[in-house]
Amino acid sequence: MSIEVRNVTKRFGTFTAVNDVSVTVPAGELVALLGPSGSGKTSLLRIIAGLESPDAGSVFFEGEDQARRDVRVRRVGFVFQHYALFRHMTVFENVAFGLRVRPRGSRPPAAEIRAKVMDLLKLVQLDWLADRRPSELSGGQRQRVALARALAVEPKVLLLDEPFGSLDARIRQELRRWLRRLHDEIRLTSVFVTHDQEEALDVADRVVVMNRGRIAQMGTSQEVFEHPATPFVMTFLGQSAVFSGRVQGGKAFLGPLSVDYPDHVHEDSRPAAGYARPHDLEVTRMENGGGGLWATLRHVSPAGAVVKLELTDPEGGSLQAEVTREQHDALHAREGESLYVKPRKLRIFVQEDDTSDPPDTPRAPRA
Amino acid sequence: MSGNPVGSLAAVRGKRALTEPPLVQVALLAVTVLFLAVFLVLPLVAVFTQAFEKGVGAYFTALREPDAWKAIRLTLLTAAIAVPLNLVFGLAASWAIAKFEFPGKGTLLTLIDLPFAVSPVISGMIFVLLFGRQSALGPWLADHDLKVIFAVPGIVLATVFVTFPFVARELIPVMQALGNEEEEAARVLGAGGWQIFFRVTLPNIKWGVLYGVILCNARAMGEFGAVSVVSGHIRGLTNTIPLHIEILYNEYNFQAAFAVASLLAFLAVATLVAKSVVEWRVRQPAPRDERLEEAA
Repeated sequence: MSIEVRNVTKRFGTFTAVNDVSVTVPAGELVALLGPSGSGKTSLLRIIAGLESPDAGSVFFEGEDQARRDVRVRRVGFVFQHYALFRHMTVFENVAFGLRVRPRGSRPPAAEIRAKVMDLLKLVQLDWLADRRPSELSGGQRQRVALARALAVEPKVLLLDEPFGSLDARIRQELRRWLRRLHDEIRLTSVFVTHDQEEALDVADRVVVMNRGRIAQMGTSQEVFEHPATPFVMTFLGQSAVFSGRVQGGKAFLGPLSVDYPDHVHEDSRPAAGYARPHDLEVTRMENGGGGLWATLRHVSPAGAVVKLELTDPEGGSLQAEVTREQHDALHAREGESLYVKPRKLRIFVQEDDTSDPPDTPRAPRA
Repeated sequence: MSGNPVGSLAAVRGKRALTEPPLVQVALLAVTVLFLAVFLVLPLVAVFTQAFEKGVGAYFTALREPDAWKAIRLTLLTAAIAVPLNLVFGLAASWAIAKFEFPGKGTLLTLIDLPFAVSPVISGMIFVLLFGRQSALGPWLADHDLKVIFAVPGIVLATVFVTFPFVARELIPVMQALGNEEEEAARVLGAGGWQIFFRVTLPNIKWGVLYGVILCNARAMGEFGAVSVVSGHIRGLTNTIPLHIEILYNEYNFQAAFAVASLLAFLAVATLVAKSVVEWRVRQPAPRDERLEEAA
């Protein structure tokens, strides 16, 4: 079942948590709401669930307006950030809860409930823990119980609030691969909230990047990662080196860099900033055809699949570069040496005068 | 010593705390025990020695005396009305304060504490001023032949007033610590308001509720000041146990006074035992017992 959010606004006092947001989640897709804390992603999720009511705008499930439908009858599965398992009930009773509270007429017989709950517990691989209490489970197990409980009522959409937020890194990765496989299996329209860009890009079909209550960009993981629409999305989706400056007459003068910029041929100059991902920086000993800059190597972190280099450009700005192990060995550079750094790919954002949100960058660009 | 890192300093301090001279330990313990003996055990023993001074027969005669028996019944009736009322009030108030955001929350919390802050005598006076003959409501009540002051309703009102913070005060921190998430989860799963209350909220707060009820009951049965003002001390009609004890005592009928007083002493001991049991249960939620409850 598809979800459509149309022009939704939500205020808490003077703070606008969600500001005129419209999103469509096609049926059967897994969508991530990604953003820093306070970007309105959880508020939006709770509005979709019906746990909060929007001040303006509407939510549609399969084209049907949900405004007058209470959260009880919306048939959403909601997984809370801290699981919100019923602590005085066993795992089995937690999962059975949604079926047992149904009115007498539509409540399945006890044997049917039992069979269904055990099926769900098998699906989340926890049938052997049915008689335990939440306090006796690990974080990852609690998360899966919460998921089974949400699925028990046969929801039409599944909403997850920071589903892996309170787990440690290794379990987190395991569980998110598992969630992806589960989604591929049951194909339930799902939305999950996360502040972790890696998680969003890894798991979701589509990513909705939010900032300050608005949508910064929507698209597939690849689209938002490779073609970020704003400096905010660029910096939020991963580390990047920033070169601030201006564009003028088909050229960009960005601090120590000057490159061609055919998108802006006017003679009047505009402030602009160039962004390059660490893996898009080429590091060599010799000047390699121009378009780069000389920087001093400050630190090498050789641990990991790639070697991370930290450099300082002539103006004192810090640059992060990533090179392969082979490149690093060939480079044979020592800390303190001067190296030539050249962006293979540089995203230039020109600051428009009439831009609606100029201070869009979360971190101040380094000069 | 000043150059030492903080860690070792703390270690030294911790060690010293453990190796307090035995003499000091004994002295501290002795002071505590002595204090308890003088102010708790001794009076309790005195109550029972006085009560049984003239033998077991006299003890039960004093309790069976019609006025004493009436006082016991009135006390039980008052508690039977005041405790459930305050249970409902306490649940409603703590729910509202813990689960909702609204302006004036702080004021409401302060108001709930009011009976703790006000002298019980004043609490009684409030009701005399409200419902007494000289009050604005007085003539109307007289016309309709309704007696509040110097009658049972006044006693119940005063008791309710004095005891209303107990359940609410006990539950507010418990509910605030629990938060809203479980209730929200239940709502999303399709549970109605009463289902959420009985299946999710109540099981989580039941020991807090019991604790509050025990304290509320003890105070309702033992309240003297507020009830004394509104009761009028009519023997056999408006005397509760504490008031009856006072009358007996003022008549130099010490044996009977202490015999009746021993009932309140029993109540106090029972309350303390129940309180410790509840506290012990709160500290270790034993899963097995709850399974038994479900089977029952």
